[in-house]
Amino acid sequence: MSAASATAASVTNLVTSGRSKDRNVGSLVFLGLLWFSLFFGVLVLVALIVDTAIKGAPRFDAELLTNYSSLFKPEETGFKAGIVGSIWLMICTAILAVPLGISAALYLEEFADTNRWWNRLIEVNLQNLAAVPSIVYGLLALAVMAVIGFDDEGVVLGGAIALALLILPVIIITTRESVRAVPQDIRQGSLALGATVWQTTWRQTLPSAIPGIATGTILGLSRAIGEAAPLIVVGFGVNVLFTPELGPEGLTSSGTSLPNQIYNLSSQSREEFVTAASAAIIVLLVMILGMNALAIIIRNKFQRSW
Amino acid sequence: MSDTLLPAGPPDRAGLRAPVDLSHKLRPGEAVIKAVLLTCAVLSVAITIGIVVTLIRPVIDFFDWPGMAAGDDGKRVAFGDFFATEGTYAVLPLIVGTLMVTVIALLVAVPLGLGAAAYLSEYASPRARKWLKPTVELLAGVPSVVYGFFALKFVTPTLLQDILALEVGFTNSLAAGLVLGVMVIPTIASLSEDAMSAVPHSMRQGSLAMGANRMQTTLRVVFPAALSGIAAAVVLGMSRAVGETMIVALAAGAQKRFDVDPFSGHQAMTGYIAQTFGGENPVGSTPYNMAFAVAMTLFVMTLILNIVSMIFVRRFRNVY
Repeated sequence: MSAASATAASVTNLVTSGRSKDRNVGSLVFLGLLWFSLFFGVLVLVALIVDTAIKGAPRFDAELLTNYSSLFKPEETGFKAGIVGSIWLMICTAILAVPLGISAALYLEEFADTNRWWNRLIEVNLQNLAAVPSIVYGLLALAVMAVIGFDDEGVVLGGAIALALLILPVIIITTRESVRAVPQDIRQGSLALGATVWQTTWRQTLPSAIPGIATGTILGLSRAIGEAAPLIVVGFGVNVLFTPELGPEGLTSSGTSLPNQIYNLSSQSREEFVTAASAAIIVLLVMILGMNALAIIIRNKFQRSW
Repeated sequence: MSDTLLPAGPPDRAGLRAPVDLSHKLRPGEAVIKAVLLTCAVLSVAITIGIVVTLIRPVIDFFDWPGMAAGDDGKRVAFGDFFATEGTYAVLPLIVGTLMVTVIALLVAVPLGLGAAAYLSEYASPRARKWLKPTVELLAGVPSVVYGFFALKFVTPTLLQDILALEVGFTNSLAAGLVLGVMVIPTIASLSEDAMSAVPHSMRQGSLAMGANRMQTTLRVVFPAALSGIAAAVVLGMSRAVGETMIVALAAGAQKRFDVDPFSGHQAMTGYIAQTFGGENPVGSTPYNMAFAVAMTLFVMTLILNIVSMIFVRRFRNVY
């Protein structure tokens, strides 16, 4: 490209974007307001993290992670039960929600005839479920537990059911998006070679969509790890002094989660508990930001363009 | 039909096998898999039905229906006592508390969310958008219990009482609403950005060709064109705010009040449910059943908001 045509192109670009006319006071103020609204949230987030980190600074010690909660020694109270409980809950939630969510999404994308009323009903219903208040899922999980025959409150299984129901719509919606992004040519090529719809889905579509599905699933799980409301309803205790056993027996033992312990300590008046809660918040944020970072890394590393 | 599709080959099909018609071939394995996947999809409908069924039973036990015997603990509540402005079983103070916090949240989230969306869709380069959008969405990843703690331990004592010198209570709707608004920003920003990006480029080019600058184009062309999508985003943000629990449970307080003073604490519907289940209320007792009645009210409210939002989305899709 010659210098003249490059200049012409950049001038055209400037004129057609409207940027050249942005010089009056009104539009500069407007641009400033847009910048402000974009960074306001980040500002709040920074204030939140800095303030919490300063409040929690005296308690960044090993006891925070290795001690159980203690009402008698507030300066040594720890969150071992909550941290292990949250991780354990996460695993159970993933086992319950991920296969179900992916299957439902595959049905809706690959098999369903969208003109049928029942398939449209499922779609509208999914959009609706994604916006149902999380506390209502806790009530539903309570009822499901009563049906299965567990009257003891606060068992890990109940919490996992509540969280799985909560993130199921999220997983279905993100999986559908990543399945839809797989080009039609790949399916047609497979079908033309004589593969059935399921063979095409299992061997071509699903492997291509896995990075997107993994991203969506991790984001869904990182939402579940921070939820406290449904777990309060299911009856998660806070002063649990043991960690659930790894394995099927652990499902029916009572447990607690990190957000529930934070909620409980927030309303305590003693300063030591507030300090401990602040430190626990930083631990929770590190866990969640770590999961988010993992999702972003997966998305950037495996993102394909066809 | 299949006869007309066979022009290839010699007319008498000499030396060729007849083509296989695969369209009606029985594939039992395939059918089973399809049925399993369909079951998983139908489960979502079952969840909705499950929610309604779960909520209805205690609600029936809660109200004093004409001609029904007394409940487990010999007490049923009249409709008049539930839809009253004060009393132990009144729901209207809870609704007022919820709406107060929601309105404050929307006052924060709507301008800021729309501003962020306008910048991302109209001003940011694709490269900048790739980084800025996840940054805004990071706000949605912070757990609500953390926001609640922040509202209770920083916004109320430090920001409102010390810096702004306002006469606010230990728990107040203002702090809860402000922080809730920050939490709702990503919902509104993300959805309105989708709606604004969907406005065809020819409309912007038309506006710019008439001599408008980017601000005028954004405000007078893109905004009106994306209005139903933006309305859907705002309604969905409202539904999020109404259903949020931990922030209001921690920062808005537990006083049932029927007034609109943002400086004092109000109990919201979700806060009431959390308080009831966090305390010692046996299954079947009147407060326990009342929590389900409140949850039913909440579910119906968010359902209506979601349907309104979907209607707006459908309208905005039909325009182009």
